[in-house]
Amino acid sequence: MEFDTDEGTVRAVDGISLEISAGRTLGIVGESGCGKSVTALSIMRLLPKPMGRIASGEIKFDGTDLIKLPAEDMRTVRGNRIGMIFQEPMTALNPVKKIGVQLSEVFFLHQTASKEEAWKKSVEMLDKVGIPSPEIRAGEYPHQLSGGMRQRVVIAIALACGPELVIADEPTTALDVTIQAQILDLMKSLQRDLGMAVALITHDLGVIAETCDEVCVMYAGRVVERAPVKTLFANPRHAYTQGLLASIPRLDGQPKTHLRTIDGMVPALKELRPGCRFGPRSGREHTETQLEARPEFIEIETGHWIEACPVCTE
Amino acid sequence: MSEKATPILETTGLKLHFPVRGGIFQRATNSCKAVDGVDLLINSGETLGLVGESGCGKSTLGKTIARLYKPTAGNIRFEGQEIGDLKRKELQPFRREIQMIFQDPYESLNPRQTVGGILEEPYVIHKLGTREERRKWVKELLEKVGLPESSINRFPFEFSGGQRQRIGIARALALKPKLIICDEAVSALDVSIQSQILNLLLDLQKELGLTYLFISHDLAVVKHVSDRIAIMYLGRIVETGDAETIYQKPAHPYTQALLTAIPVPDPEHIPSKQILEGDVPSPIHPPDGCPFHTRCPHVEERCRIEEPVLENAGKKEHLKSCHLNF
Repeated sequence: MEFDTDEGTVRAVDGISLEISAGRTLGIVGESGCGKSVTALSIMRLLPKPMGRIASGEIKFDGTDLIKLPAEDMRTVRGNRIGMIFQEPMTALNPVKKIGVQLSEVFFLHQTASKEEAWKKSVEMLDKVGIPSPEIRAGEYPHQLSGGMRQRVVIAIALACGPELVIADEPTTALDVTIQAQILDLMKSLQRDLGMAVALITHDLGVIAETCDEVCVMYAGRVVERAPVKTLFANPRHAYTQGLLASIPRLDGQPKTHLRTIDGMVPALKELRPGCRFGPRSGREHTETQLEARPEFIEIETGHWIEACPVCTE
Repeated sequence: MSEKATPILETTGLKLHFPVRGGIFQRATNSCKAVDGVDLLINSGETLGLVGESGCGKSTLGKTIARLYKPTAGNIRFEGQEIGDLKRKELQPFRREIQMIFQDPYESLNPRQTVGGILEEPYVIHKLGTREERRKWVKELLEKVGLPESSINRFPFEFSGGQRQRIGIARALALKPKLIICDEAVSALDVSIQSQILNLLLDLQKELGLTYLFISHDLAVVKHVSDRIAIMYLGRIVETGDAETIYQKPAHPYTQALLTAIPVPDPEHIPSKQILEGDVPSPIHPPDGCPFHTRCPHVEERCRIEEPVLENAGKKEHLKSCHLNF
């Protein structure tokens, strides 16, 4: 996945492989600028044009390669078989359209429903995501709802057509903890009822631990480690994953002590080198070859993959 | 605190109401009760963590204590002296003692000023030192927060978020304040950078004997840096006590819900969630009785009528404002 910028072409996502099985939840975690959201947009083929493009690779969804799909066919997948939940519900919703109308659009587009039928289905959907008095709410505008309620509407839109896969990009980051707990709980119960797969993008390792089956850790456009959630937290093998886990303050930790830090900061995309990208921040000595040659992505035990830089995973 | 704690700042019945205007003459028709009767005590040398959800008034409280707002009612005593009703001129000496660090290091630094200029400004305003002396002090500040001396002639946009926050911290330290109000100082940063800044704040406190009022919505971060914690809901403090007690034995149902709502970064942990229903009510029309009664899972009849006051919750200095006992 590449972007054209004023300073030349940068590669925001650089050769990553992910897999989500039906009905499961995959967490994608990483810091700002690591390429999590771009990955999500690539899957949806929603990259900004003309600067963004997928340079190579394939995205297989239920057997078909989404990249090769004509735009027309992609539209029947997007919003219908793959739903998306965005971070900021206020920007994801149209402020001048009633909620019921925005929800009805989904049914118009994908299910050729009549106006009345679409409205009825919208109200049902609002009820399903736990919005009180859905008949009244459907006739209101986004600004009349609270942040948590708006996010429920966004979820309702994403799930309206019963998609097989939902991509949730930081769905609770903008919300307070008590509202976050409501939304995560809602997503879990909807997943149980509807059986869809979820790709959950977040920077919050706590959210990952509570909701995901499998986790990908991304750093500077690459997946550095991928494992079942319990394995990743119990036995992280890549230095970046270890650093990330050690640097979060915990409720049961020793107060007022130094937290472990990761030195320096996330490198700019245009400064990236082809080898081990975490090398310069790892605090461990890397040879010139290790920084120049891309480490392999290998499976060290069933389901546990790492980018095998010998220094960062020793 | 091993030695006897002495209060550096105390508020009693502090209120800040913003007028809500309406009608053709823009008369105040109502008021937004952002801070509504807060009694707070900060001891010298400690960190008081102030936690609450968005809109609960925690930032407004912080700004009122720093006297960026004039309180509607109530008292603020700094080292025994009343500063709540002081005029602009009279406040000048206190401005040196109380400083703030803001959330967004992108917005709180003037983009057209060099870092040297930003850090020199407090000295200029307070007419301190000669040009050379100020230059020297700025260099010392940069060293203290871990930035290279060469930063002096650069502009904020040349720095990353974490570095900018270091500039914000350096500016707050310039006048050697006693109390620093950190308003969501690490919330905008990535975890790996957040831990660097938290470590820096802890080091500076130890080195300079600072007192912090640490405002945040992130209970894990607050728990990590604080000696005592105050929980705020709808403009009022609902529980306060030392950090360990609040975490181990929360006495207010809101604190309990807040604690269980935090996702724990451990997949083996079995969450015993107590999910609160509904949203925070509007501070323009706060509910009668206990402000939390609309969402409280244990609500009783008198909670709807009678407003609870902060009272002893068992252990020393552990206060809660709730009619019920758990």
